[in-house]
Amino acid sequence: MIANRTMPVVDPSEAHFWCGGKEGRLLISRCQSCSEYIHPTGPICPACLSREIKPEAVSGKAVISTFTINYQAWFPDLEVPYVVAIVELEEQPSVRLMTNIVGCDLESVHIGMKVRVIFKQVDEIFLPLFEPEVTA
Amino acid sequence: MDMIKQRAAISGIGQSEVGRRLGKSGLALTIDAVMDALADAGLEPKDIDGISTWPGLNTDIPGFSPVGAPELKDALQLNLNWYSGSSEAPGQLGAVVNACMAVASGMVKHVICFRTINETTALSQLKGKVASTVGGGQQVDGWAKYMVPFDAFSASNWVALYAQKHFHEYGTTREQLGQIAVNARRNAGLNPKAIYRDPITLDDYLNSRMISSPLCLYDCDVPVDASTVIIISRLEEARELNKTPIRFESIGCAHNSRYSWDQFDDLSTQALRDASAALWKNTDLKPADVDVAELYDGFSFICLDWLEQLGFCGKGEGGAFIEGGSRIALDGEIPLNTHGGQLSAGRTHGFGFMHEACTQLWGEGGERQVANKPQVAIASAGGGTLAASFLLTRD
Repeated sequence: MIANRTMPVVDPSEAHFWCGGKEGRLLISRCQSCSEYIHPTGPICPACLSREIKPEAVSGKAVISTFTINYQAWFPDLEVPYVVAIVELEEQPSVRLMTNIVGCDLESVHIGMKVRVIFKQVDEIFLPLFEPEVTA
Repeated sequence: MDMIKQRAAISGIGQSEVGRRLGKSGLALTIDAVMDALADAGLEPKDIDGISTWPGLNTDIPGFSPVGAPELKDALQLNLNWYSGSSEAPGQLGAVVNACMAVASGMVKHVICFRTINETTALSQLKGKVASTVGGGQQVDGWAKYMVPFDAFSASNWVALYAQKHFHEYGTTREQLGQIAVNARRNAGLNPKAIYRDPITLDDYLNSRMISSPLCLYDCDVPVDASTVIIISRLEEARELNKTPIRFESIGCAHNSRYSWDQFDDLSTQALRDASAALWKNTDLKPADVDVAELYDGFSFICLDWLEQLGFCGKGEGGAFIEGGSRIALDGEIPLNTHGGQLSAGRTHGFGFMHEACTQLWGEGGERQVANKPQVAIASAGGGTLAASFLLTRD
């Protein structure tokens, strides 16, 4: 991975997602009418068209849907290899996050692996990364 | 779709030199391709009244799209009734879809569709400047902001996630996927314009270095400088020109899931699923009627996914279908990427597949010509969120 990550431009409407880790919480937008989680956030619920969308804390538990081990040093200071994964949130598997799996051997990472969120702070932003739910 | 089928056709194709670090400007490449296509069709610049391109001028990524519709118009001082250039289209060949609609509507007679790319020259000229918009320490906005901060810098990472899911769900193996690369290289050996022409074996593939598992070096296409042109004309006008018109039996560019790499509903396939299904809704032809398939292979897995979703085999059966490589060879049941694909002929970025489909339908493939005068071809472009497919027939 790279020490000097490329960081997202954060719109105020999505600050909860990128900055919620400050309080140790993974905040995902949720429709207050039909309870659908909406990610990335938006001004309307695509399921029921309600405008009542509010961030809610989720458990931070997830399952690895798929992953790749990146071996290519795209930049001189990129430390390889590392794991990029897409994880499905326990509360609603259709909500997925692209992330890194950290805190374990690369060889142990597999589809279906249970993981939990941890946060990596970069200035004001807390990137949601994931580690194995049960560490050996 | 019936209006396009009855009123629009391909009247000519053209291409510049294709190569690495050619040192030519994007506009010079474009003009080379345009003049080649005009001569092919038997048209002159004054006949052209439309331009359609993908993704339009883009100065954010060096060499990614150095020429837009306005630059071409001005270089030839064309009088236009319509023009368009945008990345917000169903894949690179979305520019051809737009042109077909413009012609079928009666607004224009002859449209130049082009894709120009000169990344290899542009990157070599940067002289130490950052060679990407997503390098360390920068900021990213738009759809990429949910991927790049997690060091998923490259499309090879994004496609690798899908390939891994397919491997997991269906037992697909590297030995199977490798046939896409081996087949492309075999065909490239017969294409004088291809970048890499020396044959590779499955062992070469398996031993090549890993880029982003399960994708290795030979699963990734090769960037080039090139411009490719497809001319879309009114069918009745095309019939008066040099070539037998190539007609659009059907076009598929549907998109029915989340427009996102990570939120797409099935991570073992891509948006091309919907574009493939839509293709067969507008025609009585079936996959078995197709004589040659030119399917996007920016990464080998994308090509495998197209084969499955277009119905050449069942979902998840692609690995077994291509195993051994005989079915997709030039003399196989569905000759695939007869020019060498982007993997070996170079990243002409979508347009090369339609160019090659026309070459085959016109019987101009030379050493790589598919036997028995192919009458029906599929061309497709796009992976991830991008996809359009075309069922092409001789008039």
